[in-house]
Amino acid sequence: MEYFLIFVSAIFVNNILLAQFLGICPFLGVSNKLSTATGMSGAVCFVITLATVVTYLLNQYLLVPLGLEFLQTISFILVIAALVQMVEIVLKKISPSLYQALGIFLPLITTNCAVLGVAITVVTKEFALGGAPHMLNLGQAVVYAVATSLGYGLAMCLFAGLREQLAGNDVPKAFRGLPIALITVGIMAMAFLGFSGIV
Amino acid sequence: MSKWHFVTDGFVKNNPTFVLVLGMCPTLATTTSALNGLEMGLATMFVLILSNIVISLIAPMVPDKVRIPVYITVIATFVTVLQLLMQAFTPAAYETLGLFIPLIVVNCIVLGRAEGFANKHGVGESALDGIGVGLGFTVSLTVIGIVREILGSGSLFGWKFIAGDGILAFVMAPGAFLVLGYLMVLFNKYLAKK
Amino acid sequence: MAAASTLKNMALCLTAVCLICSAVVGGAYVVTKDPIAAAARAKTTASIAAVLPEFTGEPEQGSVTVDGVEYPYYKTDTGYAIISATSGFGGVLRLMVGIAGDGTVHNTTVLAHSETPGLGAKCTTDEHFMEQFRGFNPAAKTLSVKKDGGDLDAITASTITSRAYALAVANAVKVYNQLTGGQGNE
Repeated sequence: MEYFLIFVSAIFVNNILLAQFLGICPFLGVSNKLSTATGMSGAVCFVITLATVVTYLLNQYLLVPLGLEFLQTISFILVIAALVQMVEIVLKKISPSLYQALGIFLPLITTNCAVLGVAITVVTKEFALGGAPHMLNLGQAVVYAVATSLGYGLAMCLFAGLREQLAGNDVPKAFRGLPIALITVGIMAMAFLGFSGIV
Repeated sequence: MSKWHFVTDGFVKNNPTFVLVLGMCPTLATTTSALNGLEMGLATMFVLILSNIVISLIAPMVPDKVRIPVYITVIATFVTVLQLLMQAFTPAAYETLGLFIPLIVVNCIVLGRAEGFANKHGVGESALDGIGVGLGFTVSLTVIGIVREILGSGSLFGWKFIAGDGILAFVMAPGAFLVLGYLMVLFNKYLAKK
Repeated sequence: MAAASTLKNMALCLTAVCLICSAVVGGAYVVTKDPIAAAARAKTTASIAAVLPEFTGEPEQGSVTVDGVEYPYYKTDTGYAIISATSGFGGVLRLMVGIAGDGTVHNTTVLAHSETPGLGAKCTTDEHFMEQFRGFNPAAKTLSVKKDGGDLDAITASTITSRAYALAVANAVKVYNQLTGGQGNE
């Protein structure tokens, strides 16, 4: 039950883009077309899940026992940067077509705050899901990471769809490009507010 | 013409928020009030200036292939120092800004200036650029914060001048996107007129 | 301009940068360690002073397990300040509840919350709501909102937050009863 609550709340209620404002830059950057949006979502989903597992273990078995929690930021970002590089190299070897699709997004992911954001949230934030607040265990952390990145993909693809429609419309000059996109996201975020309170 | 233009460029021509559209996450997330926006801007400026200075100094010694990891390590170091200082001396601000302080590491503005400016310029110029871009970011965040605080809570820097609640949506997530979108429209209009 | 990207150069450069950065971070940690601890202590002391009648001496720290949940508390000569957390509307709602020697709630304060601004977040500013807890006698009245048959007015449009708040206070009362050997479960 608790896993289910984490899952639903991470996708809809606390949607990483629309409620937590993480990973906005690539969101605005690559959501022009549905195909690039799905590519980016896939890459982010993969990296967030992998990075969360690695940083969770790093924190649990190295930083906490040594009392070095203040090194979380610096060690996590280095782990993530190395991980992204590795994913890039592996992908290039085993699936050139996937690399073609995701390759240009991968370097961007290092500085995608969604990845570091989720990694830090998982090890520092307490969750209260209908009971006493507690830290997440590894299983819950993985569920949270997967659900969060699915939420990222969902918002990204919905928005890309809207933006493809927008492109064909006659928008006043000063609104063209990002301003109208931001206003559209604002209205989408309002719709997502409707989910708050269901968990 | 002195070196002043390195500072002023950061305000209008290279305004990180409205022109370069970088660092959107803290811009949207922490501007629920004018004070929060200001604090976030100053925190980012602290890291930006120091990382610009250090990176302009070490850039000639860093082999090209390990450039990015070195920059990220330097930036992460300053962010950690900032975290520790804020916990010690401004714990309230540290608590409000929360996750977004460590996330300065991945703020594209900081790495962007390191890669796009500091590694090609001298120490003095890089420091000025850090001040300019940092101020531009701080002012933009404060402005967004002011608009959202007036509309959303009917107050300014905590001073309440409208009784009651204000339009709550502006303090919540949707307001962030809407205010930034409309301010960007105004900024575009202003640039188009010039 | 930049040094050549030979393996030796790269390894040297990364090692040097890491060493210097570790030194800087380590230095900052040593310098800020005491102020950070002092800031945390000041915050706790201020919260305890806000929720309990004026006391003398240092609060004595402890923790106790009630119904399988651990509650930290501070004991002073005028009562207990108990930290109690529940699940609010937007996340964890953590309160410090001061219970005076006669078993009545002296005052409450919010330590951390993530409630909706302007709605649930009013639990930190709504005077009428917070006033209800001051001098509340749990033996005479029921610690829950009127909708649930209790004696508390909820914050307008924020029943869930109000419920969570009332539950946190009620849990603190349970902790108090256990600490003082009252009617609570042993």
